[in-house]
Amino acid sequence: MAGVVHMTTARDMGLVACTTCTKVWPIATERCERCGATLQSRDTQSLSRVWAWWVAGVMFYIPANMYPMLSTRTLLSTSEDTIVGGAVELIKYGSVGIAIIILVASVLIPIAKFLCIAYLALSVRRGTELSAGARFIMYELVEYIGRWSMIDVFVVAILSSLVQLNVAASINPGIASLSFALSVIFTMLSAQAFDSRLIWDRLDEDDVARAKHSDLEGAR
Amino acid sequence: MRVDHPSRNTSGRKLGDDAAFPGKGERDVDGPRERAWPSPREVLCWGQKLWGVLVSSLPRNLDDLIACPQCDALYRAKELAHGERSSCLRCHTQLIAPRKKAGMIIIMLSLSIMILIGGALWFPFLEISRSGFRNSATLIDAALAFSDGLLVFLSLSVLAMIVLIPLLRVMLVLYVLTPLVFDKPPRAHARPAFRLSEALRPWSMAEIFALGCAVSLVKVADLARIDFGPAFWMFASVVVIIMVQDRYMCRWSVWTALDEDRA
Repeated sequence: MAGVVHMTTARDMGLVACTTCTKVWPIATERCERCGATLQSRDTQSLSRVWAWWVAGVMFYIPANMYPMLSTRTLLSTSEDTIVGGAVELIKYGSVGIAIIILVASVLIPIAKFLCIAYLALSVRRGTELSAGARFIMYELVEYIGRWSMIDVFVVAILSSLVQLNVAASINPGIASLSFALSVIFTMLSAQAFDSRLIWDRLDEDDVARAKHSDLEGAR
Repeated sequence: MRVDHPSRNTSGRKLGDDAAFPGKGERDVDGPRERAWPSPREVLCWGQKLWGVLVSSLPRNLDDLIACPQCDALYRAKELAHGERSSCLRCHTQLIAPRKKAGMIIIMLSLSIMILIGGALWFPFLEISRSGFRNSATLIDAALAFSDGLLVFLSLSVLAMIVLIPLLRVMLVLYVLTPLVFDKPPRAHARPAFRLSEALRPWSMAEIFALGCAVSLVKVADLARIDFGPAFWMFASVVVIIMVQDRYMCRWSVWTALDEDRA
């Protein structure tokens, strides 16, 4: 990725770009005349919204892991499974593959998402070693993969509507499914609130600073 | 015998560098600090800013400019031939990608999505059987599985994500594109309609639901036998068609078309 290339941005030219329809306007314009979206050269409130949704997402992720996701009742037994508990159960019965899918989708990915969003938001303020190109890939991954965590909620929905076999077997949703869904939704909103243009602004400033630094180093 | 290369001699090159970037020690001796020359990089940056100020003070046509929505890089937009695509140079976000007869194809695909979703709602989705007991669930059953108390909220959002939002997006696209394809002026509120359809894109989760079906299938394989109903196959094709439709949609072309009609 050509991460280090400095590009002329709309802001450099005294223009503001509409992120919805890609049209550009003079910088003082407040509303895009073409699509009606609110225009902001850089979303200054972006980071506080990112953090607000992020905190909400983390808060709901904790009960999602403590309470049962679904309760399975068969003729002989009733069991209530948390996310991790269910995966452990699957490993016991030998379906390691499915257990791994579930662990990746509902433990690894959510936690990785929290860490990535936090890292991106912090790096806007503090600067970072990682190139802007790499951070943008990270941002796109978070945006793309974030939605896929909903798969666990859908599985619970499908199972509990389908497995209603009178006394033979039945599956019912647990309260954790709600908090897990909310956690996923809030994390998606957090990622959407992030103004990705901030990644590249930092690059421009960093570039100049780095160039200056290396010139001085060379002189010594 | 070892001979020093002339360039190793500190007198020539080093002197020039020292003049440009005075070290700490010299600064103290020589009194007032000589101003360091700006690096080429900085000059480039200033030049760019100056150019920006100059250019932005000139009256000009902003209609042929396009800015990358992800990184704000500015480009001059031009009409591309069908099948060509242009992406942002530094973040590779796709900017313009017109396809041949895209409008008509999108309309056809949208219509088929509507019909297939209708069918998928009607027929049984999955069927389960174990020791003589049978049960079948439709898409609506799955969406409304969370029926008690707090979980109702979950039911509604699942229903929205797998049925309502995909359906709404298809209808919005039809509403916006049909007049454009048939060379008629756009309908009232076509712009907010298209904006809404774009904003809802990440919340349309049909493909995730389809994969969820596969996972649940394996998950209860040892508990009972599961069969796919006709609705499942309809829903699976909806997922594929939505992806194809998305490939045909060139946002920039749609917005430009909406703009031309007003002018």
